[in-house]
Amino acid sequence: MRAARLMALTGVALVLPFVLSAAWLTTAVFVLVAAIAVTGLNVLTGYAGQISLGHAFFLAAGAYGAVALADAGLPSPFWIPAAGVIAAAFGALAGPLALRLSGLYLALVTLGLVFLGQHVLFNVASLSGGPEGREFPAVSVGSFDFAQDTLAIGPLLVEGNGLYYYLAAALLAATTLYARNLIRTRPGRAMVAVRERPAAAAVMGVDVARTKVVAFVVSSFFAGVSGALYASYVGFAQPGHWDVMLSIQYVAAIVVGGMGSVAGPLLGAVVIFALPSLLRELPFLGETGSGFSASELATIIYGFLIVAFLVAEPRGLVGIGERIRRAGTRMRASVPSSTGGVLTTKEERR
Amino acid sequence: MTELAQLLFQGVALGATYSLIALGFVVVFRASKVVNFAQTAMLLLGAYLVSWLAVDQGIAFAPAVLLAAVLLALGGIGFQAGVLRRVAGQEPFVLVMITLGAGIALIALVEAVFGPEQRPIGDPWAASAVSVGGVTLLWVKVWTIGVVVAALVAYFAFDRFSRYGLAIRATAADEEAAGAVGVPVRRVHMITWALAGVLATLGGVFLAGFPNAAHPTMGDAALRAFPAVILGGLESPIGAVVGGMVIGIVEVLAAGYAPAELGANFHAIAPYLVMMLVLLVRPYGLFGARPVERL
Repeated sequence: MRAARLMALTGVALVLPFVLSAAWLTTAVFVLVAAIAVTGLNVLTGYAGQISLGHAFFLAAGAYGAVALADAGLPSPFWIPAAGVIAAAFGALAGPLALRLSGLYLALVTLGLVFLGQHVLFNVASLSGGPEGREFPAVSVGSFDFAQDTLAIGPLLVEGNGLYYYLAAALLAATTLYARNLIRTRPGRAMVAVRERPAAAAVMGVDVARTKVVAFVVSSFFAGVSGALYASYVGFAQPGHWDVMLSIQYVAAIVVGGMGSVAGPLLGAVVIFALPSLLRELPFLGETGSGFSASELATIIYGFLIVAFLVAEPRGLVGIGERIRRAGTRMRASVPSSTGGVLTTKEERR
Repeated sequence: MTELAQLLFQGVALGATYSLIALGFVVVFRASKVVNFAQTAMLLLGAYLVSWLAVDQGIAFAPAVLLAAVLLALGGIGFQAGVLRRVAGQEPFVLVMITLGAGIALIALVEAVFGPEQRPIGDPWAASAVSVGGVTLLWVKVWTIGVVVAALVAYFAFDRFSRYGLAIRATAADEEAAGAVGVPVRRVHMITWALAGVLATLGGVFLAGFPNAAHPTMGDAALRAFPAVILGGLESPIGAVVGGMVIGIVEVLAAGYAPAELGANFHAIAPYLVMMLVLLVRPYGLFGARPVERL
């Protein structure tokens, strides 16, 4: 059952680039790239319970770290993982803040990180191109350039958008697998223990300080990879892009998808990062400035979704899915059957 | 010397505004342990309401401010009773994210309705000023300091001497115990949100005073009141005032004296730098108490 569902998902993911229009394929790439960073934030906030409004800072660290290395002449297979490592190093530096601070104070300090990072980007033109922004190199393997070349597999041709799609999908699959396995290991369980009750975790021998720093490092690593991919795919970025609102989008994604779950980040990323494209399709929305623009409406909906989910279903879309599944099981179980209608399914015995 | 006096005056005026905003956070946090990230949005809404009432509807400035304050107080009560009450007692993350979500939605809504342009708020002071010993005192800044001092005195008198002030302090100390001895805890929560609405309106008006105006990025300026709250400690009204003053003066002095190597707009991040340094040394702010943890 599980394996079948996974196979089906993989199949759909593989054919999607050949079905979607160019515009929607672009949106799909954005969603997949963002989902990598959402999975990272889910490790920090969903598993370890640390509130961070600083995710945009780590995305930017990865993007500009990568472009600095690319400027130095290093190839993509090197600078993509290196972007993660650079962001993770910043995460390790921010970790000590998390050791001193908890909850709300941490949220505000990570907010400060975003402002500091943007200040540096706006003022160090050699790195960021100044307020006007700069170009980012496309991913390339050897002499094969993702933005210009076309890959031919038999009769199938895959070009720019599709190439980034498969790259992002593969990296996301690896990220998700890592996050799924992490929660079953000692460090992952330590994170959950720290989230639930730091003092009790410490008593049981969990190194709380170390666990928090590890969560920051892991989360920042994925943010860095995602940031580098994003900038490379778009080919251009301005310092103004990496702002607090970007951080909030990632938080919205984990809230909507379902914090602490494995599938949640992907679901949340689909809802949050496909929304602006969906809204742009609506005919009655004008450009920014006159009445409701697509981006303003998107922001309003993000805000509403965060509030609505936290009030009504804090476990997000994953929680809603579980409810539906359980309701289905209950209906089936209530039908008189060979067991005489006795509730025997695992869900019902809970 | 004159330059320093000039900057200090501006710093105190800005600090007074930050104190007011910071007090709005503290009032709500003390009673219900909610960090109100929507305070920045309420500030923005307050300034725009005043602008709409005073400029578009032609109401005189003072009644317009009063009316806006009442509307925002009602809005605060509605949000508390309609949304926050349903998640009372949940972990800080949930409460923070709810106010943050409501805040970004409200800011986008204000921007969509009023457009991205600057709007005058119709205040009677405009750019008029008085000169004292070579130092130019803008009337709007003088009024800012005066009104903030009056508002702070009124708040502290309310907190210290009135029945509801006592009820708020009792709720802050121990909500369950307060409820058990008959303090109307729900009403206390609603009152604190109404107060936050009033404080946000005043803060918004002064933040939008000359040389500024009501504009959508005001929320960013209001975010700089967060360091003030953190500096003072989330639970301390006195701390909010002191923190607000420190941040206001630091920001204005940084704008005046920061060397060019630190980059353009360094003054905008100076408050956050101060906040981070303070938190590294004192993790619960200058006036905050480390919570006792019971196992």
